[in-house]
Amino acid sequence: MSKVNKPFNSKSVDRWSVFFTGLSGACTYLIIAILFLIVGNIVWNGAPHFSLRFLTTGVDAGMFNVSQSGVFPMVVGTAARVFLMTIFVIPVGVITALYMTEYSKRNSVIIRLIRGAVNNLAGVPSIVFGLFGLGFFINFLGQNMDALMNPASAQAVWGKPSLLWASMTLAVMTLPVVIVATEESLKSIPPGLREASLALGATKLQTVVKIVLPQALPGILTGAILAISRAAGEVAPILFTGAAFSVQGLATGLTDQFMDLAYHVFILSTQSPNIEQTRPLLYATVMALLLLTFVVNIAAVIVRSRIRRRMRSFR
Amino acid sequence: MGEAPVTRAPQVKTTELAAETPAIVEITDLSLFYGATKALKNISVTISEKIVTAFIGPSGCGKSTLLRCLNRMNDLIDNVRIEGKCHIAGQDIYGHDIDTIELRKRVGMVFQRSNPFPKSIHENIAYALRLHGTNSKSEMDEIVERSLRQAALWDEVKDRLHTSGLGLSGGQQQRLCIARAIAIQPEILLMDEPASALDPIATAKIEELILELKKDYTIVIVTHNMQQAARVSDYTAFFYMGQLVEFDRTLKIFTNPSQRQTEDYVTGRFG
Repeated sequence: MSKVNKPFNSKSVDRWSVFFTGLSGACTYLIIAILFLIVGNIVWNGAPHFSLRFLTTGVDAGMFNVSQSGVFPMVVGTAARVFLMTIFVIPVGVITALYMTEYSKRNSVIIRLIRGAVNNLAGVPSIVFGLFGLGFFINFLGQNMDALMNPASAQAVWGKPSLLWASMTLAVMTLPVVIVATEESLKSIPPGLREASLALGATKLQTVVKIVLPQALPGILTGAILAISRAAGEVAPILFTGAAFSVQGLATGLTDQFMDLAYHVFILSTQSPNIEQTRPLLYATVMALLLLTFVVNIAAVIVRSRIRRRMRSFR
Repeated sequence: MGEAPVTRAPQVKTTELAAETPAIVEITDLSLFYGATKALKNISVTISEKIVTAFIGPSGCGKSTLLRCLNRMNDLIDNVRIEGKCHIAGQDIYGHDIDTIELRKRVGMVFQRSNPFPKSIHENIAYALRLHGTNSKSEMDEIVERSLRQAALWDEVKDRLHTSGLGLSGGQQQRLCIARAIAIQPEILLMDEPASALDPIATAKIEELILELKKDYTIVIVTHNMQQAARVSDYTAFFYMGQLVEFDRTLKIFTNPSQRQTEDYVTGRFG
């Protein structure tokens, strides 16, 4: 093949390249613009009403009393359900991922089945989780627990919406996130480390606990961060399983119902007798919800980067 | 440490001495299948105590697979089936009552790619010790030092025992892995191409170390490098396509092999 070389200085503008550079840039900036628009709108409208008093008072003076009601019980309720959910979901998710990567045969039928189930679970709408929580946790588990533990009493202790069941429903919902994140980090650990440990006469359990898990910790925390971010703002799963329109005092026990920030946003925007008047309340509540999610996320990211740094010094 | 062991020739004297040591590994008619593929074909070989035995052969000939039979590392691979017998110190290691934990404690292994744990140098060795019940700090420190000395690494790392094992050079990492393996005092040390990822100087150090360790341990080494086999081993087994072609004193394998295939391989005509 004969080839005619063009001189180097014959550069021409490739219009398609220029166009595509512009397009991809525009799309990226669009995302940032949307984020700023949302957050900016909330902060702009919410900040004037956002105060320490707002964060530290409840709704005793009336839920829609713009100048006197606050979100303290909701902040506590949301924090509690997210915290409990994390405690439930991390062990189950991590152990499932360990089974899939460390214990089972690679790509066996059962593993493909589990993986399929995990992916499908991730695709289920959150309202379905809410209904599942009501049907399984409250009506089945809870009511049977009541019948077993306290057959004489007609008073439902477990068989009603509560902090426990709401957290468990959220845990079921976020399970796929934790499983996938943990599995990915387990897969990235060099097989040589496992071999080295086993060849020294370590048992499988010793290898998993002392060598594999510490390496997977940042990945597990990534899973936790994603699960928390997803769960904090969800309303649908807790609608039937624990969140209450209004309760006296704070939720202190597992069987208590609780007020919730995200649900409160829904209440303020749909149940208010005068939407226009209570709008500052709504904006400030949304801001509190965003802030809470943000703070929890930042905390988890800081913990993770600490662990990474410590691991890097041993790398 | 400064001399160049590249010039080291197989020593006739040690080879003769080797014949007098008793057998420790007896492999009888051993075959290994990956699914339906027969990767090792009816291998019988006897390995003597406190000498170095080298497994050589072209890639895929089964030498590493056979090595990994000796501490049952092949158990970790799905769909592996083994037929035949392998006795170590008189016990059939594929017998039904064999504890692989105990077996691997007595048959240590060093891998092709150095694999120190992402822990400190001290902790790499302490991990192995703790697995087998050493908990006292003074005893631990003593064994850590002894193992590192035996692995010819002590002088280089004694001032930074609590820094990461991954901060060492490739050759040092591999010696750390050797130190870790010998810390629990196995009877047999399996080495799977321990120097194949190292530069010539680091390789020379490992080879020197092997000759030193031979006094205390039975060593089986898999190598691609025929000069290495000639330099460090007393006996050599040549494998081809899953079969043991020839097993004899290293000197004989390299100077006067009985099989045509062996001669072709060691003279570089194929492989």
